[in-house]
Amino acid sequence: MQTLLFLILFPILVACLLLFVKRTTLRYAVVALSALVIGGASIYLLMQYALEGAVYFAAPSEAASLAMVAIEMGLALFIVYMGAKFKNYLAIVLAVVQAALVVYLETTFSGNLHAVNNLFIDQFSIIMALIIGIIGSLIAVYAVRYMETYHRHHPEVRDRQTMFFFVTFAFLAAMFGLVFSNNLMWVFFFWEITTITSFLLIGYSETEEATKNAFLALVMNLLGGVAFVVALIFLAATEPVSGGIDLARVLASGDAAIILIPAALIGFAGITKAALMPFSSWLLGAMVAPTPVSALLHSSTMVKAGVYILVRFSPVFAGTFTGFSIGLVGGVTFVVASAIAISQSNAKLVLAYSTIANLGLIAACAGVGNYMLVWAAILLIVFHAVAKSLLFLGTGAIEHRVGSRDIEDMEGLIVRMPKMAVMMFIGIAGMFLAPFGMLISKWAAIEAFVQVPFGLVFIAILAYGSAVTVFFWAKWMGKLVAVTRETERVEKGFFEEPWAPLYIITGLVIATVLLFPVISSTLIEPYVLAIYGVTARLAQANVGIMLLMIALLLILPVSFLLFRRSAKHLPAYMGGRPATPDLHFAGSLGLTREVQTRNYYLTEYFGEAKLFLPGAVVCTILILASWVLAGVAL
Amino acid sequence: MNWLIGAVLFLILAPVAGGLIAGIDRKITARMQGRVGPPLLQPFYDVGKLFEKENVVVTTAQNFYVLVYLIFIALSGALFFAGGDLLLIVFAFTLAHVFLVLGAYAVHSPYSHIGAERELIQLMAYEPMVILAAVGLYMVTNSFYVADIAATTVPAILYLPGVFLGFATILTIKLRKSPFDISTSHHAHQEIVKGITTEFSGSTLAQVEIAHWYENVFLLGFVYLFFSWNPVIGVVAVAITYAAEIFIDNVTARVRWQAALKSGWLAAGILGLGNLAILSYMMLGGA
Repeated sequence: MQTLLFLILFPILVACLLLFVKRTTLRYAVVALSALVIGGASIYLLMQYALEGAVYFAAPSEAASLAMVAIEMGLALFIVYMGAKFKNYLAIVLAVVQAALVVYLETTFSGNLHAVNNLFIDQFSIIMALIIGIIGSLIAVYAVRYMETYHRHHPEVRDRQTMFFFVTFAFLAAMFGLVFSNNLMWVFFFWEITTITSFLLIGYSETEEATKNAFLALVMNLLGGVAFVVALIFLAATEPVSGGIDLARVLASGDAAIILIPAALIGFAGITKAALMPFSSWLLGAMVAPTPVSALLHSSTMVKAGVYILVRFSPVFAGTFTGFSIGLVGGVTFVVASAIAISQSNAKLVLAYSTIANLGLIAACAGVGNYMLVWAAILLIVFHAVAKSLLFLGTGAIEHRVGSRDIEDMEGLIVRMPKMAVMMFIGIAGMFLAPFGMLISKWAAIEAFVQVPFGLVFIAILAYGSAVTVFFWAKWMGKLVAVTRETERVEKGFFEEPWAPLYIITGLVIATVLLFPVISSTLIEPYVLAIYGVTARLAQANVGIMLLMIALLLILPVSFLLFRRSAKHLPAYMGGRPATPDLHFAGSLGLTREVQTRNYYLTEYFGEAKLFLPGAVVCTILILASWVLAGVAL
Repeated sequence: MNWLIGAVLFLILAPVAGGLIAGIDRKITARMQGRVGPPLLQPFYDVGKLFEKENVVVTTAQNFYVLVYLIFIALSGALFFAGGDLLLIVFAFTLAHVFLVLGAYAVHSPYSHIGAERELIQLMAYEPMVILAAVGLYMVTNSFYVADIAATTVPAILYLPGVFLGFATILTIKLRKSPFDISTSHHAHQEIVKGITTEFSGSTLAQVEIAHWYENVFLLGFVYLFFSWNPVIGVVAVAITYAAEIFIDNVTARVRWQAALKSGWLAAGILGLGNLAILSYMMLGGA
């Protein structure tokens, strides 16, 4: 239990310490050191509990719970203050409603708000802790140097870096708390902390747009928060049957119909936090924040809290129509967000849409929730966290060097920033190509959906969704590998020690791909087995084939040595006109003309304007349907 | 050891079979157009000659991507004939094709760039139907393994006529036949330069051609799976399907990419999904 408490409390300690560190070098030292400690502690946690199954801890309750309620009220006041300052009354209303509901819950059902065990750890929590502890803290390390450069590029933004790093570490602490809590009141407390921290980080630059988007995120997540409290009230009111606010008891409750309603409400909270449609706009708006914030929100925190709770509750959803419609919300989000990603040329927006799509896929798996799908969902969470953090950090680094985050401007990155291009290549491959991670989950998901009644809907979603996914990733990859001539190399001096996080995460992407059978057999399979009594795994032969493919991909670049020098080089074909390697050709009248290449974005077919609204409408209807169906089941 | 024999036989024999099929194809095509046509072995002569050409490149990297393309096409096909998991095979083919596309991007040439984009659109057009075909075969035979599907005694085609027609539609794309040969064509009369292969020459182009042979043999193998309960009917059906593809190739002109994408997706959505929906309804009722 000490390790758990340490992982929750230590980041808070660091956060407070960072409030007083003003110099970048010193801050770097503190952050790097604490990242090492947090990462180390999460690995220690893995070694300590990996083989033990679920372990529960009583943990001090009274004082902690009291402090949490006090902090919640303080946060509500803070939101009211901010809402008044920026004239966002919806935020005030939601904060007040939520606070009132919490007070109602505390006063009316105080007798039922007791969990035997407040903390717990099982394999799923260990996986989440590893993601938060390793990826999250690496992003924090990266952020130190990034923010220094950020302020040099944006002199107009007020330097609030002490606040920034305080919030970042508080965020990590909250995430740890969220995945370790068995007391749903505690889960809710940490849940609200992540809402506030993301609000503060998104609004960091204090521009009008940033503030607006920060409030958008706040309002949507508060909406989820309200649903969460209502679920808590319902659980507390039905404590003898439902198990009250004790997560383990709720999940083990015999009365499936009773807990389906709170599960649907908490699922809704998960949907808002995971930015599924129609709530995807807050995550897209969050792009205004500095890149490390996006990396944090997308890979290891925030949205992962949303899918974490969905996957936790998926045994409740399994086989119910409520779960099916929540799954469909995810499925529709997956296919629509993937399609919209085609039309985006801003790298961060492509990444954002892809995150939304993947969260949708995870939600689809969690909602339908049979054992194979839960297996696939957890694997998706792991692979997505590592690959997506790499892509965000990479995009941030490229932006600082190239001066643009447009994919078109990344043309020829392999020449201009070869190491960066290779890392981006690996990250993108991790997102959609066999034998890399994400694809394994899609594959497993297809095999699982075939066996589910009405699973054909999801098969169709996956079939179209993955086709679309291939298109937008591959054309980005193509831009990266285009060998442009006579372009300057701008990587020099880039890979100094501060950029170590990029190397480490690239290593992690490859390591997870190579080690996924181990991750699956030591962590995911025991978890699934403990809950469902059966577990999924890939056939040995297929694992072997995939490792063979990986090995080939790692070896084949050696073939470059074979081609060296022997070939004659010619400029590209330009309709037979005399041409130079940098894409100039002799036009008519003695003029030299330049050719440029641009990717297809097919906006007319896949544009945001065309697809977002229908997707959002369908998802809204499905969310309402999930509530109605939960009510009907009662 | 059966699986190993299948894989090795494929790796050795598929280029021969693929080249012969290409030869027959050209002969039949010529007859349809009222020409005599080249000798049966012409494709082999062509490829042989390509290997003797001077090694000319725009960028050295293109050789790498095309080599990876060839290797993964061969590997995926070998997996198929080893009786492997159909979904894994489909994904491995996607991986291979992405490398061809990357090769075309790497040369940074306007013509191959357009070819690459169009190849990706083709990929996007046919992928849903291929996955649905795999799922359909699973629903009939209860296995994703080619070995099990091939050994089935159930006449899959009777349960999956829609899926088969859908697959035949996207087969046109995959065989690079008109009207869907939008990224590169065998026919000079409807080509903007040479699409995705514009900048590939000599042995690199030969590798693309051999990869295409490998892939065609795999595709015909996939067609066979629909009829595998009776080998004789299977082989005849494969031959008829291919002949039909040649016929379509010769009577249609290239369409725009929008039409290719819509055809692929509608084939999957109407023929494929419609068929599977009815099938799963029947199975629900039966169970």
